[in-house]
Amino acid sequence: MRLILALLLALMPAVPVWAQTALPPAPWADRQIPDASQEREAKALMETIRCLTCQSQSIADSNASMAADMRSQIRERIMAGERPEAIRAWLVSRYGDWVSYEPTAAPILWPLWGAPLLLLALGALLLRGRIRRRRS
Amino acid sequence: MRKVLIWVPLLLFLAFIALFASGLFKPDDRIIHSRLVGQALPAFDLPAAASDRPGLSSAQMAGGKPRLLNIFASWCVPCAAEAPQLMVLKQAGVEIDAIAIRDARADVDGFLARNGNPFARIGLDARSAVQIALGSSGVPETFVIDGAGRIAYQHIGEIRADDVPMILEKLRDAQ
Repeated sequence: MRLILALLLALMPAVPVWAQTALPPAPWADRQIPDASQEREAKALMETIRCLTCQSQSIADSNASMAADMRSQIRERIMAGERPEAIRAWLVSRYGDWVSYEPTAAPILWPLWGAPLLLLALGALLLRGRIRRRRS
Repeated sequence: MRKVLIWVPLLLFLAFIALFASGLFKPDDRIIHSRLVGQALPAFDLPAAASDRPGLSSAQMAGGKPRLLNIFASWCVPCAAEAPQLMVLKQAGVEIDAIAIRDARADVDGFLARNGNPFARIGLDARSAVQIALGSSGVPETFVIDGAGRIAYQHIGEIRADDVPMILEKLRDAQ
């Protein structure tokens, strides 16, 4: 019995222990925008913005109070007519590329974008060699 | 040619192992610095967070003399730990303004009664909006603001006793 209890305890998800605010969440942190297409835009953006408190989560997934405030701010700005990419750029100008999960077209990422093409070309080359050898 | 090529996969594999191993053992820097260091403070105008101090606006931060902007919260434990160091800085003649994040007036009053009040003005940022605009990633953080209202330095985490001389130097540099 005790062993089962210990096992159950061990399996419990880690609960973050840092203090968080006692204030209720910001109004649009966990409430959807009534306009479905705006909510889609906001959701897509939130899923690619990184949480500053829980650094491996997006703000859409994080329970940190700062992530909730960011979600609320994003929804409010989208309702005010701001484009998602403008909001992303505004956040990147504060926190750097780090805050966005969306890869940019910056020169440092060209190898990343180029790699699939390069690998496909390599594959085609290998295939051509094989086919030729088989024919001859 | 073939003899050389046959070693390529193994070499690639070893290169990847080396890359991952170096990533595992290299100390990780998870601190996210604000990109606004060197730039003007974003504009803000916040209501008072405490009963006996006025609110804070960005215009008030460009007073011709370098000052500190402390980002804190009454619910934040390290903020209480850095309070004595802020008091030391105040006694050294440094002007300190503050922004309380996601806070309520009664809680801020209690925090200041417990830990002392080194602040000239305290603005209330109830939804972290100014914190996000500042590129600040948590509490506590302290910004050195120069006389023209530009961010000269960002200190992330609490100010420890041995950080005080460094902060004073940053304030002198911002003159």
